[in-house]
Amino acid sequence: MSAVLEIASRDLRRLFAGPLAWCVLALTQLILGPFFFIVYLWEFGTKQPLLVAASSSFGITAFVAAPLFKAAALLLLLVVPLLTMRALAEERRSGTLTLLLSSPVSMTGIVLGKYLALLAFLALLVAQVALMPLSLALGGALDVGLLVSATLGLALCAATFAAAGLYMSSLTAQPGTAGITALAVLLALWFMDSGGATAAGGSAQALASLSLTRHADALMRGIFASADVAYFLLLIATFLVFTVRRLDALRRGE
Amino acid sequence: MSSEPLLQVTDLHRYYGPVHAVRGLDFDLRRGQVLGLLGANGAGKSTTMAMLAGVLAPSAGHIRVAGHDLLQRPLAAKARLGYLPEVPPLFAELSVDEYLHHCARLRAIPRQRLAVAVADAKARCGLAQSGSRLLGNLSKGYRQRVGIAQAIVHEPDLLILDEPTSGLDPAQLREIRALIRELGEDHAVVLSTHVLPEAQAICDSVQIIHQGALALAAPMNALPGSDGSHRVRLARAPSAADIAALDMVEAVAPADGGALTVRLRGGDDGLARFAAACCAGGWGLLELTPERRSLEDVFIAVVCGDGTPGGGAPA
Repeated sequence: MSAVLEIASRDLRRLFAGPLAWCVLALTQLILGPFFFIVYLWEFGTKQPLLVAASSSFGITAFVAAPLFKAAALLLLLVVPLLTMRALAEERRSGTLTLLLSSPVSMTGIVLGKYLALLAFLALLVAQVALMPLSLALGGALDVGLLVSATLGLALCAATFAAAGLYMSSLTAQPGTAGITALAVLLALWFMDSGGATAAGGSAQALASLSLTRHADALMRGIFASADVAYFLLLIATFLVFTVRRLDALRRGE
Repeated sequence: MSSEPLLQVTDLHRYYGPVHAVRGLDFDLRRGQVLGLLGANGAGKSTTMAMLAGVLAPSAGHIRVAGHDLLQRPLAAKARLGYLPEVPPLFAELSVDEYLHHCARLRAIPRQRLAVAVADAKARCGLAQSGSRLLGNLSKGYRQRVGIAQAIVHEPDLLILDEPTSGLDPAQLREIRALIRELGEDHAVVLSTHVLPEAQAICDSVQIIHQGALALAAPMNALPGSDGSHRVRLARAPSAADIAALDMVEAVAPADGGALTVRLRGGDDGLARFAAACCAGGWGLLELTPERRSLEDVFIAVVCGDGTPGGGAPA
């Protein structure tokens, strides 16, 4: 276990030793702040009289936080492959993976360590996003339940992206290839339901029910269902098990 | 020395697709032994080393490190070994200290022994002054030293060093060779090299691998040695026939630099009588050196002996 934490802390330190991590943190803040958070807030300001007049239950949290988290999830979908692409591919290319393979750590330990490092960084990113709507608590009452549910949805999305990206990174020794394939897989998972929305066929519906959006949407609108959470956890476990098996196969030589 | 071998290799095989890169290696290694694996490029040295370190899984066969099977109980076995791959596994963004601390923690060195273990490894590899330097800025020789330091930081019983002296300058070369000799006293060391004098200088025994199979295994001092040949230089050399006429001389052949290669019979007695004969003849004996068959000769004989060029297996 201590070796797992050691791998995680080393990866995290290496991540912050380069400019990428800082750029990602700064740019998500920069993009989500003015272009989404402030815009949604503005819109709420203009629509508030109408909502009050209609005595709608649609409050500021639902109006601002839900679309903000949805936008953040889409942004993370684009950013996470950049973070995960080096995780294993780079270590294979530079030969540093041998350090881990010749140390008393199991394959599962290596994968968990790498995954934990990514999770720790993404937790920071999610917290940064969650702070934006949370800052509204200074001036009014927030729907805390919705906020927690939406944050959980965003965190689960990020964790799933990271697991998929880690697996893609184990498939190749070229970080660039790992990044682009991870992006393709994530986009496919994300937009899987766009066909289902128009076609009413059974297969399209089945496909749509597998999509990330379907499950993330509910959580971000404040609807907590354990089936949605289970969907994410299952997807994460699947990718991590694939990664462990892939490393094992590498050791045996494809 | 302890009776239990630190490393036991039984019938080791490795395939890369259809290529049979390592074919049935068998050997034991005890504490206090330094074993040199020799072979031409592509002979299967690095593949063998990677399998010993648990980085590659063998296609067949068994490896036991300090009594633990590397495949059945990998963690226990790996805790007892240190591995320097062909390319040292360094992270450019870390400093020497950070990196060695990381390696030590990875091998579960207790927190209170961490600083001592790292300082010791640094001192042994001549890195005491370089703790804060970034690995990415180090020269090849220093990178190699850090590579060795990470392999010994957890005081493993078994050291596996893949070409440990590549890229070192002559002064560093001597230091690292001395270090390996020193490590060899209380560890078991397997090293691969294609620098033959190096193997001769630091190894107790050698194994020559040719096309993935063991071609020769012998303790260094039992290598097929002298056949009684001596290099002889004379100030006033008589004709070769005169020398050949002496009773202790078996054969005479001209050698480079005006010297002669004289094969003597009768061991030390023959040698003494030959020297006396040179003096008696007034030939002006300048040099009389026994010619050891060097490792190089043995190596060439083994590798080229069957007349086939090296195999296509990856190294």
